[in-house]
Amino acid sequence: MIEGAIWRRWVFSNLPLILFVVVLLFPFYWMIITTFRPDGELYRPWNAANNMPFWTNKPTLEHIYYLFEETNFARWMFNTMLIAAASTLISLFCGVLAGYALARLNFPWAGSLGTLIFITYLVPQTLLFIPLAEIIRDFRLGDTPWSLILTYPTFLIPFCTWLMMGYFKAIPKELEECARIDGASRLKAMIYIIIPVAVPGILSSGIIAFTLSWNEFIYALVFLSSPDQKTVAVGVTSELIRGDVFFWGSLMAGALLGSIPVAIVYSFFVEHYVSGLTGSVKG
Amino acid sequence: MAVTALGAGTARRPVVRLRKMEDERWLALALLAPTAILLGLFIAYPFAEGVMLSLSSARVGDPGKFVGLKNFFKLADDNIFWTSVWNTFWYTGVTTVFKLALGLWLAMLLNRHFRGKAIVRAFVLLPFIIPTVLSTFAWKWMFDPTFSVINWTLFKVGLISARINWLGDADLAMASIMVVNIWRGVPFFAISLLAGLQTISPELNEAAAIDGARPWNRFWYVTWPLLLPVTMVVMLFSVIQTFADFQLVYVMTGGGPANATHLFATYAYQIGIVSGLLSEGAAVSLAMFPFLFVIVVVQLLYIRRVETR
Repeated sequence: MIEGAIWRRWVFSNLPLILFVVVLLFPFYWMIITTFRPDGELYRPWNAANNMPFWTNKPTLEHIYYLFEETNFARWMFNTMLIAAASTLISLFCGVLAGYALARLNFPWAGSLGTLIFITYLVPQTLLFIPLAEIIRDFRLGDTPWSLILTYPTFLIPFCTWLMMGYFKAIPKELEECARIDGASRLKAMIYIIIPVAVPGILSSGIIAFTLSWNEFIYALVFLSSPDQKTVAVGVTSELIRGDVFFWGSLMAGALLGSIPVAIVYSFFVEHYVSGLTGSVKG
Repeated sequence: MAVTALGAGTARRPVVRLRKMEDERWLALALLAPTAILLGLFIAYPFAEGVMLSLSSARVGDPGKFVGLKNFFKLADDNIFWTSVWNTFWYTGVTTVFKLALGLWLAMLLNRHFRGKAIVRAFVLLPFIIPTVLSTFAWKWMFDPTFSVINWTLFKVGLISARINWLGDADLAMASIMVVNIWRGVPFFAISLLAGLQTISPELNEAAAIDGARPWNRFWYVTWPLLLPVTMVVMLFSVIQTFADFQLVYVMTGGGPANATHLFATYAYQIGIVSGLLSEGAAVSLAMFPFLFVIVVVQLLYIRRVETR
């Protein structure tokens, strides 16, 4: 596509790309550098002569120590992990079954049910959080991990179902018919033949569901109240800000450590993540 | 496995329950039941409950009674509510334009062969993966009135002499929030559009080039129309998420200064949860519904038109 001299390629392609990458990654660099800076260096006014924002010569772990010694950070991480894993598993289970039914079975209203699921896919959490908080209280689930484990699937299942429908539709019908001719029941054909073939799709939806539930905020903010029940995002927001005082060092340390599990999962499954993301868009 | 299944079938009569599963309607019912129960319990029911709540006078600790549309009439007279409505549309409109333009540009930049492409692509998507609240805190720290690294940079470059109070002024605060939203959204647009670009056969562009089409015309008459269906779906998701956004504003300004940067969701939270006026908060949330509904229907109709063209 790009013809001509080397300088043209640099000016029109490489430089803008480098600029994009730098801007997109800078906040993470800022997170990291803040985490390891002593307070004395952090709180230098923006125009102070000795301000050297991009590097530090005296890296410190005090903010990370503070996080683990003075707050429930380890507990928040555990809560978040548990909630994300459990809600992902529930959503995968429901999504795979529902996706299979909608993609493969003939039954009345199959089309309209599919549309209904697509519409729930589009319902934002912020539309329902107040009545949902009431319902969670009525069910006596408030301030427990269950309040999130059971409500996160509401936005994960539609997504998983939608993605799995696409994967199931792409598997040739003949594969299943062969098993049926050999005498397998419908259910067995699904469990032993079709689902194993759809494993890449299940991985994709699982990873995206995991990152989505790790990312969720407003339900966790509203449904949880005691410090040891909180998720990372809510804990960092509520416990590291006292009135108007922000503990920036520990805040950034919390943000950094709270992002690492997602980043690790993502780095292992980038290709699955991307194919899931683009698959969900193609619909 | 197939052999054992057949053997078992002839040896003893299959259980009735399993035979029912052979009927597609029963199987579909069984497979869809868990999904239907969860979605019914935690989407359909809350929706109905939300409508009832918005028509009542409930607050925390007081179930209240039916008051008709009183809460909505009250909102119609509420200046902060109308500011939030305006903010939401302005925020959604501006950020979507930027996300589309920058995302498309980034997608075109990535749609070539170069060394390290896979790594660049993985890194580019990071802002979209990292939990929004956590990355937004990094931005809030960068926009800090006293310790802002952005101010420091602008000062060193010589563009400013006095500090800019990014989050203290209504317009600047809104602009800052938009910057963060664009930063987070561009990767999603870029990666999705890149996938769309990769499905377009390069021969089409080459043919146009041989016929003498300039790069801009090749993009406008060949690439863009083919990319339009994917673009519209990406826009649909992005617009809904942005319209209903909560986290960014909550972390960056909490709706301030002086309630100038509220969106639907943050204002609903402010009234319904912080002030405890459940019914009025539910009304603010629900007021989002007709707008969302129209946006979704219009976009879906347009997508259908584009796809069947």
